[in-house]
Amino acid sequence: MANDVAGTGRLAPHTRLDKRSVALRRLVVRALDGGGRGHVGSSLSLIEIMRVLYDDILRYRADQPDWEDRDRCILSKGHGCIAQYVMLAEKGFFPHDVLDTFCRRDSILGGHPEAGKIPGVEASTGALGHGLPIGVGRAMGLRMKGSDARVFVITGDGEINEGSVWEAALSAAKHRLSNLTVMIDYNKIQSAGPTAEILDLEPLADKWRAFRFGVAEVDGHDIDALRHVLTNLPVEADKPTAIICHTVKGKGLSFAENDPGWHHKSSIKKEVITEMYDALEML
Amino acid sequence: MRPTCVDKVFELAERDPRVAYIGSDLDPPLVKRMKQEMPGRAFMEGVSEQHIVGMSAGLAMEGFIPYVHTIATFITRRCYEQVAVDLCLHNLPVRLIGNGGGLVYAPLGPTHLAIEDIAIMRALPNMTVVSVCDADEMKRFMDQTLDWPGPIYIRLAKGFDPIVSRPELGFTIGKAIVMREAIGRDRVLLVSTGVATTRALDAATTLAAEGIECTVMHMHTVKPLDIEALLHHAGFARLIVTIEEHTLVGGLGSAVVDALIEHLPGAMPPVKRLGIPDVFAHKYGSQDQLMELYGLQPPAIAQTVRDGLQRRRAA
Repeated sequence: MANDVAGTGRLAPHTRLDKRSVALRRLVVRALDGGGRGHVGSSLSLIEIMRVLYDDILRYRADQPDWEDRDRCILSKGHGCIAQYVMLAEKGFFPHDVLDTFCRRDSILGGHPEAGKIPGVEASTGALGHGLPIGVGRAMGLRMKGSDARVFVITGDGEINEGSVWEAALSAAKHRLSNLTVMIDYNKIQSAGPTAEILDLEPLADKWRAFRFGVAEVDGHDIDALRHVLTNLPVEADKPTAIICHTVKGKGLSFAENDPGWHHKSSIKKEVITEMYDALEML
Repeated sequence: MRPTCVDKVFELAERDPRVAYIGSDLDPPLVKRMKQEMPGRAFMEGVSEQHIVGMSAGLAMEGFIPYVHTIATFITRRCYEQVAVDLCLHNLPVRLIGNGGGLVYAPLGPTHLAIEDIAIMRALPNMTVVSVCDADEMKRFMDQTLDWPGPIYIRLAKGFDPIVSRPELGFTIGKAIVMREAIGRDRVLLVSTGVATTRALDAATTLAAEGIECTVMHMHTVKPLDIEALLHHAGFARLIVTIEEHTLVGGLGSAVVDALIEHLPGAMPPVKRLGIPDVFAHKYGSQDQLMELYGLQPPAIAQTVRDGLQRRRAA
């Protein structure tokens, strides 16, 4: 099942969400309520990607965030941070009630994630196109140290308009960084509108293949599909992996899905928060 | 200075397994040498400055000390956001080595002239900015880069510049070196950085023969500025002249004046700043020719001092 993205003819998956995915979205709304603002659509498309990473794939110790053998997870699309904050709270990096402080003056949780402030955040992101170059350096550094820890970089789709992403892709392939995986949250809507209209990325899988990555495409809301591809890395031996995750911007909020207007919202009123909770009830 | 700096990176790499080297697209002999002397820790990553700065941040996050090396304009302008966010915000021990700071690439024109590199680097929190005056000083400085916390921008001059630094004066990052100290009252204080110090010393010699005594303070570290030394010597000065191979916007002269305004309110001696005016260079030729054009050679420095003293007397 698929639906049309903002009238562009591009298809987005229409995947049913289970109870845990709905519960995680309720936590996203809790943070949006706490801050009165946030990147709504950009966080909601990411939930299943972050959920599967933290539930099933990443090696980490919440009580020892700097554990040397941990896998490094870099949310390069820093504006989707609420999705990561929710998973870090779920895993005990910090208590759930910290989500209520989102974007407040003395909070550790800003509108973009900062390393050093938030346990479990590997790099301060928010400026786009920074995560993959950093990920290449970390993957290289881990290999130089003889570590078997892996690096996961999660980018947006608008984000990969940035040339730095493709500079880093060339380098990752040159060094055959099979310990590096980039996941693209391909919800097909960037801030100003559909990616097909703003700066078309297609043929996206072919681009990554041409850059000598092993490539997989997956429904980014399908837990089993995500788990399957992520437990079989690298997709191709001796190559870095790119996983194109087909997602829905605003997934789970019927009124926000596939609507660029929900990329970011500020001054979110209480009644809108109530509407969000109500929409999640309907799932 | 340039070969010395690279030699020192290789030497440091031999001593310390944390040292890594990343170049963009530098010369073939260097690539060969990397493979021989730093196997597995040296990378030539192509013309991708944004990437190499991000990659160096990643390596530093894993405990390495990367020395990133390319032409000064490209390592400062092209990847400014990466320098700001990846290096300075994370406060990582990455060393940026900028070939040809200032007017070195005069024949290549304004795309290659790093005339605002000091200004834009010093505007970033956590960044250290160093511009040594010759190859000997480069050696002393590089030894200290291993354990300096946070990022450093290293401005390289042309290479084979005359040696004016003296080992007995030592070298400490962040501590100015008084290369020549005037005695008696009514001194002039020349504050310079990089190879402008060589010119300042020449001017001081000329002026001494005329009975004008100058202290020459070599401010190799423009950030953090050695305010203590500056204030100490400014207290004796009847005139301060700053000299830099850099735009007058935001460089050494600006840093010095900022510090004096802040710390010597009402007691600030007259200050004249020598540097490149707020223009892109419109001529080619050599570094020396452009320095002459912009009044940064010893005769112009000496004349600035004479004029400054005369104005003072007239006042």
